[in-house]
Amino acid sequence: MKTLKDCKPSETVVVKKITGTGATKRRIMDMGITKGVEIHIRKVAPLGDPIELNIRGYELSVRKQDAQMIEVE
Amino acid sequence: MEIKIALAGNPNSGKTTLFNNLTGSRQRVGNWPGVTVEKKEGSLKGRNDVTIQDLPGIYSLSPYSLEEVVSRNYLVNEKPDAILNIVDGTNIERNLYLTTQLLELGIPVVVAVNMIDLVERNGDKIDLDKLSKELDCPVIAISALKGKGTKEAAQKAIEVAGSHQVAAIPSIYDKTVLSALSNIESVLGSQIDTSMARWYSVKVFERDERIDEILKLSADQTSKIEPIIKKVEEAMDDDAESIITSQRYDFIGKIVSHTVKKKGPKHELSISDKIDKIVTNRILALPIFVLIMYVVYTIAMGGTSISIGTMGTDWANDVLFGEIVPNFFDGILTSLQVNGVLYSLIMDGILGGVGAVLGFVPQILVLFLLLSIMEDVGYMSRVAFIMDRIFRRFGLSGKSFIPMLVATGCGVPGIMASRTIEQDRDRKMTIMTTGFIPCGAKMPIIGLFAGAVFGGSSLVATSAFVIGIAAVVISGIILKKFKSFAGEPAPFVMELPAYHLPSIGNVLRATWERGWSFIKRAGTIILLSTIILWFLQGFGFTNGQFGMVEDNNTSLLAAIGNAIAWIFAPLGWVGDMAWKATVATFTGLIAKEEVVNTFGVLYNYAEVSEEGNEIWTLIARDFTPIAAYSFMIFNLLCAPCFAAMGAIKREMNNTKWTLAAIGYMCLFAYVSSLIVYQLGGLLLGEVTFSIWTIVALALLALILYLLVRPGYKPKSEALDLKGMSVAK
Repeated sequence: MKTLKDCKPSETVVVKKITGTGATKRRIMDMGITKGVEIHIRKVAPLGDPIELNIRGYELSVRKQDAQMIEVE
Repeated sequence: MEIKIALAGNPNSGKTTLFNNLTGSRQRVGNWPGVTVEKKEGSLKGRNDVTIQDLPGIYSLSPYSLEEVVSRNYLVNEKPDAILNIVDGTNIERNLYLTTQLLELGIPVVVAVNMIDLVERNGDKIDLDKLSKELDCPVIAISALKGKGTKEAAQKAIEVAGSHQVAAIPSIYDKTVLSALSNIESVLGSQIDTSMARWYSVKVFERDERIDEILKLSADQTSKIEPIIKKVEEAMDDDAESIITSQRYDFIGKIVSHTVKKKGPKHELSISDKIDKIVTNRILALPIFVLIMYVVYTIAMGGTSISIGTMGTDWANDVLFGEIVPNFFDGILTSLQVNGVLYSLIMDGILGGVGAVLGFVPQILVLFLLLSIMEDVGYMSRVAFIMDRIFRRFGLSGKSFIPMLVATGCGVPGIMASRTIEQDRDRKMTIMTTGFIPCGAKMPIIGLFAGAVFGGSSLVATSAFVIGIAAVVISGIILKKFKSFAGEPAPFVMELPAYHLPSIGNVLRATWERGWSFIKRAGTIILLSTIILWFLQGFGFTNGQFGMVEDNNTSLLAAIGNAIAWIFAPLGWVGDMAWKATVATFTGLIAKEEVVNTFGVLYNYAEVSEEGNEIWTLIARDFTPIAAYSFMIFNLLCAPCFAAMGAIKREMNNTKWTLAAIGYMCLFAYVSSLIVYQLGGLLLGEVTFSIWTIVALALLALILYLLVRPGYKPKSEALDLKGMSVAK
């Protein structure tokens, strides 16, 4: 399964499923990463982590470790 | 009748600007009971009967962060008369998510769409009437920065508060969820207020742990509710919490699609994105960051011709508290012919001590002016984005870099700079470790021993920095494994808000708030501490008579130093220097540069230069190199000066945590010095093998164990806030 972690900058993907539980999952979803939403990967931070996303018209940064919870296609 | 209006909204939505605009200078800043979340309220300009309660900036009313729990407890328990929900018009989709939750609380809501001028400038259009109909509540366009529409928004909130018209609940959920919610409502029955039925049924459906505590559902009710939730979960192949979140966003997506018209294509680069292309660029980001920090540091604390902060502080120290104020009081006191004790108390005790601390004010103000600008512009979150990778390894935040850097100049503003770190855990950890960084006032100590014992080797100063940084890293790794810090590592899901011009009002206000809280400290805890130390230093027994002493060697402080010097014997503070070193450590609490002065006095020199060149030979006679090094390490790492302790108290906002922080620093300093003295001394042949060698080895082993042991893993992920009492 492809996750957001495997995506390259300037790719645009659609969220299929969010795995994981608890606070982190809820926080990710609260920020608007829900099933069916389109995510555009902007860039990777200079040191290789975290990554910057464009979602629902704003910029969001997530760590790669958390990006692994987001299945995309 | 007093009207209470709660101001709620996302971080970066312009909430602070709106709050300042509505209340002006009549604000009361405090803390929410039991937690270190800032609480601000104020009365509406021109309406003393209307109180605006500023809630923390939040994205949701989930049970997982302190700010969110504080906000929802307030909304549910205190029941404000209306909620003024500020929404960033340029980022409306995510901002409306909180709105969908606020609408369910059974409290009248007014939505204020902020930054409407920016929306228009981007060529976008928001159909406010339609939005108002879809949300079923009044919607008003405002520009908080320009003060446009803010009065109308407040007026509207007062109107709905007066009419007690509860917000109608828009149809957010689909049929399956709706029927499940109404089934839950009927199970809950009369247990809940009808106006809040939706809120409670949604929370029960989400299996919100904190709601369980409030409702105390019976086993019978739980057995009825659980199947209702399970059925929906199975039908939708998702967990209940996610179903609710998804449906809220689907609902918003639908409204936005027919109320908001975007001009450009979806991923078009805005001005802010273009700035970010350079500022967070893979190659340029770090050099730009270094440059910005260099400029900030130079202006606030450097020693160049543009270093306004340092010039101000030098002036305050040398002229204001060096000449003007003392001369003024000297004149008054002499003309009043007050007695020697009172004279000394005022001149040496109060003015000397408090003056030394207040001297920092110019540097603090300049530094915080610059940091507030960085924060207001939106650069601070980029700093976290750039530095996160390094700092999270030691349980700190990307934003911890700034406090640490500032602390190389002075620990006080360094500790205060930790306030920009949102996560409670990261902030506490940063406060606890920032004091380890060698600050400017510790330089004379290093200079004294480098010159006296180590032949002026520059390696000593370098090693001091290495030790400081090592102390931060080691402490970070050790502390993050403890239960109090473990918790759920705050998910680093952070918004990178669009850059915007700073609001001068916000910047000045934030700068002043920090500066003032520091000045207040100087007048209270620091004043008291310096008076006590002045007394201990100036009084003692001479020839069996108690009174003021000329010779510091006979003071109470010297007596105390003598009495407790044994504590430091394992650190190599032995022989003639033992009590002197102990006393100097204590006076170092006033300000670290006092350590050198104290040695001067104790070796019978009235005045010594900054690095104490006059007493180098005496120091060299009394201190073996390894003992000197041990003394240096202890003084670099142990409890910081009173001003910094005051800052810790202010930022921790909790006595227990303050004591824990200072206690930890002293303990860490003691253990480090002991290990260095005993093991280093043994290797160099200065110390013989003894029981303390074994203790040192054991402590070293303990540190290694604490570094590598698996950390505490929390069982439940929800916040444990049982002690919190936001009015039940």
